[in-house]
Amino acid sequence: MNETTWHSILFWIMALIACGSAVLVVLTSNIVRMAAWLLVSLSAVAGLFFLMGADFVGAAQLLIYVGGTLVLLIFGVMLTASGPLANLTTPSRDWLIAAIVGSSLMILLILTLTNPGIDWSTDSLSENLEAPSGKTTMSIGLALLGIRENPNASSYLLPFEIASVHLLVVLIGAAYLARAKRRSDPPTPT
Amino acid sequence: MEYLTEQTSPTLTDFFLNLDLPPSLTYLLVAVIAALLLLHFMALGALFWIWLERKVSGRIQDRLGPTRVGGRFGWLQTLADGLKLITKEDLIPEEADRPLFRLAPYIVFASSFCAFIALPFSGSKEAPEPIAWIANNLDIGIFFVLAVLSLEVIGVVLAGYASGSKWALFGGMREAAQVVSYEVPMAICVVIPVMLAGSMNMAEMGHQQEGWIGQWYLFHDPFSFLAFWVYLTCATASVKRAPFDLAEAESELVAGFHTEYSGIRWSYFFMAEYASMFLVSGIAAILFLGAWNGPIPVAEILGLEAHLIGRILGLVNFLFKGFLLVFAMMWIRWTLPRLRIDQVMQTCLKYLLPMACGLFLGATVWQLFDIPDYWGWIAIVVIVAAGYYLPYFSGKPTSTTS
Repeated sequence: MNETTWHSILFWIMALIACGSAVLVVLTSNIVRMAAWLLVSLSAVAGLFFLMGADFVGAAQLLIYVGGTLVLLIFGVMLTASGPLANLTTPSRDWLIAAIVGSSLMILLILTLTNPGIDWSTDSLSENLEAPSGKTTMSIGLALLGIRENPNASSYLLPFEIASVHLLVVLIGAAYLARAKRRSDPPTPT
Repeated sequence: MEYLTEQTSPTLTDFFLNLDLPPSLTYLLVAVIAALLLLHFMALGALFWIWLERKVSGRIQDRLGPTRVGGRFGWLQTLADGLKLITKEDLIPEEADRPLFRLAPYIVFASSFCAFIALPFSGSKEAPEPIAWIANNLDIGIFFVLAVLSLEVIGVVLAGYASGSKWALFGGMREAAQVVSYEVPMAICVVIPVMLAGSMNMAEMGHQQEGWIGQWYLFHDPFSFLAFWVYLTCATASVKRAPFDLAEAESELVAGFHTEYSGIRWSYFFMAEYASMFLVSGIAAILFLGAWNGPIPVAEILGLEAHLIGRILGLVNFLFKGFLLVFAMMWIRWTLPRLRIDQVMQTCLKYLLPMACGLFLGATVWQLFDIPDYWGWIAIVVIVAAGYYLPYFSGKPTSTTS
């Protein structure tokens, strides 16, 4: 039993927690409990990222999804929790749509896994992938600025710029919506 | 084995590697010992800080009680308090959402604890190779700490919701609004030292500030000097200490988010609060105040930097800086009155956020041009003098006149 074994044990624990709590998010009807299960699921996914040496992605997952999105979600839920949203039951129509989407993703994954053209053995994978080192920040940062160590790899300068402009637009839009409303109709003569 | 030496606590790992144990056992032992050390630091630290808080409040506000009870220097009072909290009945209100009510204190405590994993306590650049006393030397250290600290608010919000009490709900909602807003200027201030160091690794930042006091990032340029004070304000708010303790404003909300908690669950909230206070102070020490390097490099002068004594000196330095900033937070708490919630949000969004953005731009421009060091020192002296003398000329009565 060496550290690789430890890694696979931890991987299975985290993967089971992530999947199990994701199922519980769907099965729970109380919306705040749903958020709590979502917290467990997202944190376990972050743990998986850390386990695989993708420190930056793991911390970003914690900061953005758990610390940001989930807090806003709970905050919004708490403002509305006394109303009709406190208990959610999924209508049967939504079950159908979810089943179609979920099973098509499942079929896609199964087709990929059973594709004879791809060799899933560890040796062939490690040839193509760099070993996880935990020091991914520098290469991620450089790739976002369009610099790659491997000249054939694609860089992410254009998506990065598009995302930043998009975020700026969203920010301006939010400020516009939240601005102090001025009366636009002229004062009626008395 | 490569993973062990690169990632986990180097000093601890070296010790166990020399014992020639099986690798799986080494892996487990290093992790358990590092975790236990940090847990004890949090728990014993909380005992000390609660004692200190009583003493400081007693001296500052002329409260006679805390200066008299509890044996020599009042050391027994905290122990008695701890004993009381452990044996006290753990009440859960009828209206509460029971599982969430039980879970919330652990979320707060666990997120505070996890952040300690990436905090270096001492280190040295010279020892055969750069070394740091740190549980896990993450390459993204400061980013990880900020990410994990942002989870603490979820526990507080859940506690507020699950209590089934309107006071707790209000406290939790205020906390969510406050922490989410203050995270932004705090993170921007943290980016400034990250930019100066060119690394997010906290041990690396400590190594770069080695030497005399002028090497500290606080004195690197006028912008980083000002960023330290903005960071400290945001940090005080992000660990919900007065004057920003709106989540537990006892004059309006009974006790805010922990109104319904009692006994050991209540004390988890407080252990986490004091631990987070030390954590943000420790981050300030590492980012701006030279980490474990003292103002005078004593260890280097005596030629001890590669020796264990040098690292113990570093540990003392780091703890002293952290404790000094915790003391300053208590000093502020017992001196200033609490702000209103709208004033808290205004301070963040109208003042601290633009200041942090401006300082970040300034620090970037300063890095871009090759400005001689003495200009930085002159600017810092001018800023300090202006801060001291401006109240005299502004025509408003101030408290600094005495």
